[in-house]
Amino acid sequence: MPNLSAEDLRVRLGRDLPGAVQSVSPLKVVPPPAQGHAPAAFITGDTLVETARIVDVALYLRDRLNYAYLSDICVVDYLADEIFEIVYRFYTVEGGSSLALKVRVPRENPVVPSLTPHWPGANFHEREAFDLYGIVFVGHPYLHRIYMWDEFEGFPMRKDFPRQGDKYIGEDE
Amino acid sequence: MDYSGMLKTEELQINIGPQHPSTHGVFRMLVTVDGETVTDLKPIFGYLHRNHEQIAEVNTYLQNMPYTDRLDYFNAMANNHAYALAVEKLAGIEVPERAEYLRVLMVELTRILNHAGALGFLINDMGAWQTQLAFAMREREKILDLFESVSGARLMCNYFRFGGVARDLPPDFMPRLKDLLVAMPAFVDEMERLLRENEILLQRSEGIGILPKDLALAYSVTGPVLRGSGVAYDIRRAEPYSIYDRLDFDIPVGSVGDVYDRILVRIEEIRQSKRIIEQVVAQLPDAQGGHINPKARQNVRPPVGDAYARVESPKGELGFYLVSDGSVKPYRYKVRAPSFINLTPLGDMCRGYKVADMVVIFGSIDIVMGEVDR
Repeated sequence: MPNLSAEDLRVRLGRDLPGAVQSVSPLKVVPPPAQGHAPAAFITGDTLVETARIVDVALYLRDRLNYAYLSDICVVDYLADEIFEIVYRFYTVEGGSSLALKVRVPRENPVVPSLTPHWPGANFHEREAFDLYGIVFVGHPYLHRIYMWDEFEGFPMRKDFPRQGDKYIGEDE
Repeated sequence: MDYSGMLKTEELQINIGPQHPSTHGVFRMLVTVDGETVTDLKPIFGYLHRNHEQIAEVNTYLQNMPYTDRLDYFNAMANNHAYALAVEKLAGIEVPERAEYLRVLMVELTRILNHAGALGFLINDMGAWQTQLAFAMREREKILDLFESVSGARLMCNYFRFGGVARDLPPDFMPRLKDLLVAMPAFVDEMERLLRENEILLQRSEGIGILPKDLALAYSVTGPVLRGSGVAYDIRRAEPYSIYDRLDFDIPVGSVGDVYDRILVRIEEIRQSKRIIEQVVAQLPDAQGGHINPKARQNVRPPVGDAYARVESPKGELGFYLVSDGSVKPYRYKVRAPSFINLTPLGDMCRGYKVADMVVIFGSIDIVMGEVDR
């Protein structure tokens, strides 16, 4: 099967899974104030999926389009828009470029259905996202911290996590 | 007579690690054993966690280049390559042909030294002898000497730049490389003979730690572990980057997916890497351009956007996902580390085998904790 572009995927999903694809709105990326840059808007070319339908769409990719290899799950914190974006990346075993699915969740309540029951390989990716960003994956069999110790408070990769003066690092360090 | 009711038996939970010679770093396995048989295994790590990704967000793009060396300190060149590809994709930087050849040359040398080291340490874990490890390390030293002559450092090479590599080859590099290539087949044949004709190794690796094809794919494992399970997936072929589409090489695959298959795949990959290096040496004099694109700025300021680039590192798929906010520092920097994901099926692979096999199965995955914990 030839590789699909993100555009083809949206057409197919619109036909076979109506209501799963969301329209894309720009997100603000804000550099740290010390660099003196104006915030820029960033419009993704990838497919943005309704959060509740991510499992449906992922299984559609695997079973109908043969994109069986889930390579990566990555979280990006868009602090200015109060959004976490989660990027899923799929490949076919025959080769070729990737298809990326993106999901947006609000920062106050980041809850996403888990892919681990269908792809055991998503296990550590999702635990990492939970540990460092606090994303809750509903249906994950063992959602515990993976890098930090269990008693650790806070999520260190969030953009608003204090880099100095928190309870683990002294003021003068 | 059935004695089972008369003996009191119970399952026992034991910790292996974090300080254990077989874990090659600080790694803990929480193992549930029934007698000598493993019934459950949970990998526990994070002892080396330094939040690499957040540190990278406060560095400029070029400052992160030496920092990627520290991920998988065995294969610094391969880490550099993946990161350079990601930034070049994001910023739209062209790479001259000669620089591409130099990159492939370094990365394939890295693959040889990684596989030689991985096999040596695996035999060491089996408790058979130190000899094999000493042979592998001897070969690795020769390659590290070459790395030192081009980059000034043996392990933390920091050799790649955006748009090429840091400097061209020194004059004595090619004669030394040719000597190495001449001596290589004897080393590989010797190693293969020591492995395949060794009764201890056959007993301890054949039929042990089987990862079936469908499960390997579902677990997203990559590299020699995936190919050992019989899936011919190699990013150099599946999505060719750099100049791999012009080079001729085979992808070795296993049939059963046990520890022995992973060993054979690694031996054959050493031979294939040698084939690639020979082609590179033959084609390098005709390659156009210098060792770096003179127009490429090193303090890059990529336009707003995101990019994902990946390479077939010796351990599997190594990918970098970057989001740029238009400044000199990345807004998001994510590493898709092969060692980390290849650990996911460890529990399933060890279930039902003996405690002594667990060490061998773990060794056959070939991980580096610097990359797992990040």
